[in-house]
Amino acid sequence: MAEPTKKLEKKPIPKGIYEVVNEYTGEGWVYSDIVKEHFFHPRNLLLEEPKDGDFDAVGEVGSPACGDTMRMWAKVNQDEDRIQELKWKTFGCGSAIASTSMFSVMLTENGGMKVDDALKIKPQHVMDRLSGLPNRKIHCSVLADKAFRKTMNNYFHASGQHDRVIVENSRVIDPKLNITDKDIEEAVLEGAQTLEEVQKKLKVAVGSPEIVTEVDQLIRFYKEKYYG
Amino acid sequence: MKRIYLDHAATTPVDPRVKEVMLPFLECVFGNPSALYRDGRVVKEAVKSARESIAKILHCTSEEIIFTGSGTESDALAMLGVMKKNQIRKKDGSLKKGHLVTTTFEHHAVLYNAERLEKEGYEVTYVRVNKEGLANPKDVRDAIRPDTVLVSVMYANNEIGTIQPIHEIGQIIKDIRKKRRESGDPNPIWFHTDACQASAYLNLDVQKLGVDLMTINGSKIYGPKGIGLLFVRRGVKLEALYEGGGQENKLRSGTEHIAGIVGLGEALKLVQEHKEQENRRLTELRDYFIKGLFERVPKIVLNGHPVKRLPNNVNISILDIEGEAMLLYLDKYGIEASTGSACDSATLDPSHVILALGKPYEFAHASMRFTMGHSTTREDLDIALKTLPGIVEILRKISPVHLDLDATQMSTAAAFAGEGFPHWEAKRGSKLKLRSKQ
Repeated sequence: MAEPTKKLEKKPIPKGIYEVVNEYTGEGWVYSDIVKEHFFHPRNLLLEEPKDGDFDAVGEVGSPACGDTMRMWAKVNQDEDRIQELKWKTFGCGSAIASTSMFSVMLTENGGMKVDDALKIKPQHVMDRLSGLPNRKIHCSVLADKAFRKTMNNYFHASGQHDRVIVENSRVIDPKLNITDKDIEEAVLEGAQTLEEVQKKLKVAVGSPEIVTEVDQLIRFYKEKYYG
Repeated sequence: MKRIYLDHAATTPVDPRVKEVMLPFLECVFGNPSALYRDGRVVKEAVKSARESIAKILHCTSEEIIFTGSGTESDALAMLGVMKKNQIRKKDGSLKKGHLVTTTFEHHAVLYNAERLEKEGYEVTYVRVNKEGLANPKDVRDAIRPDTVLVSVMYANNEIGTIQPIHEIGQIIKDIRKKRRESGDPNPIWFHTDACQASAYLNLDVQKLGVDLMTINGSKIYGPKGIGLLFVRRGVKLEALYEGGGQENKLRSGTEHIAGIVGLGEALKLVQEHKEQENRRLTELRDYFIKGLFERVPKIVLNGHPVKRLPNNVNISILDIEGEAMLLYLDKYGIEASTGSACDSATLDPSHVILALGKPYEFAHASMRFTMGHSTTREDLDIALKTLPGIVEILRKISPVHLDLDATQMSTAAAFAGEGFPHWEAKRGSKLKLRSKQ
């Protein structure tokens, strides 16, 4: 015979409520206290618009995966080749904020890192200091070192250290200045429409007339690609 | 700290009155309705009575209600079921796959099944919606071809709450069907609507709406999760998604989820009985919240139509901030809402609904949805209104993006040089073209 209806006891919510759960694998995650601390109190944020001369370099990158963007500013101690200041802003999620905050701390703590050492910091190192991030959020944390490399390239160009420019996933167009097709693409995306306008930004081909035709072709290619 | 739940469009809590009617079927009444003996008959009667109660609300017959496992399953059954069963008969007598019409901003349960049908060789036309998130019935009519078998347009959008002109579209389809009959064309055309978001707030009379298939589920109407239904008008031919014992008119095999069915029936009855009064209350709260947000937070846009929207839905883009970060901050203060940001989705896609409004992706990244419900009070909204501006200020300080309210293209194209624009940009239109800044 069927049991009579029993009064239900109030049960506590089961343990293991995760803040991030991978829908596909079921992997659960709770952000570490360090992540939370850096998310709610990010370090080295640039709060005011910078004035001319405040920084030696700037760089902005975006994530093709999720559309987050990151802008970074750096001041370099030229004599010692050390990072003196590293500031940033992001249009990004919690993981991007926390990991960039930690990245900026790592590069500027203890008197600042040597530029070459700073360029060796990978997302994994940041992750270790943050006690990890969920797999799904790792792409958000790669923005910091990507933005930093771009900022340093900007610094190398600006300070005439063209040989130190890091060329990745792109083709060198101006070997003297280490200017790549990516640099020209970026100049066009920033609104430069002619060789003159691109040269104003990049000084590309200024001392190398033999590459002018190629630069011009690239400008036209990117103009057609993006503005039609 | 009080938790303020403003995510009723995601799911609702179970109404205690619904739970009460469900409990016996989870505790002691356990029979299989297919069984002849008393325990089976008791359960069969409960299912019958729930079906009748729902049929009354939908203004249809009991036989036209098919219980399923969810809104998603109902959508899949409607779309895959109709398209596969109803091949187009050409004049020479040969058969070919039919054509489907839907919109660009349907729920993924409809959209991804449409994409699946495309992969299987069916042709699909996606009707665009206007910038206020409304489909134009004329556009739907223009998209219909002689080989169109099914039109699927949602009743109310799940993200921005806009209420679609279902009655008008229903009329268009009726006219087309009539013309086909008169000209001796044997090919059917049916109209499906996903009413999951609408069912707590809007009229569900399928005769008035002119729909042939309609999806409803339990989890949005203070009923249980894991239960849905599909209204299937008599005469509409469907192929079951899978085979089995032949329950639910051979369309959905599997022993019935009795507690769920009974709960769904009760939940639908309750929300529909009280909808006028509750809609008035919610509309007032909605407009109070929207007004409050616009007074306190600069640079925001309301997504969707100001009036032709569900009474409980507020969806805004708070420009220059990223929604997942916003959610984490709100959560810290006990406020639960949702965002259309790519970072908050498993697939890393920003809201296709906000993109469908023709806005740059930054608007989707910055979109926040607050959906109210039974438990929501003016005090809750006051707390949210007090908390929000501070968070927005922090996140705007963090952000390098400064978008104009009338922006039509992404603001930081140069940041993507070398690696390409975000993956969804390629999907939008044939090719992304920027306008030069000069």
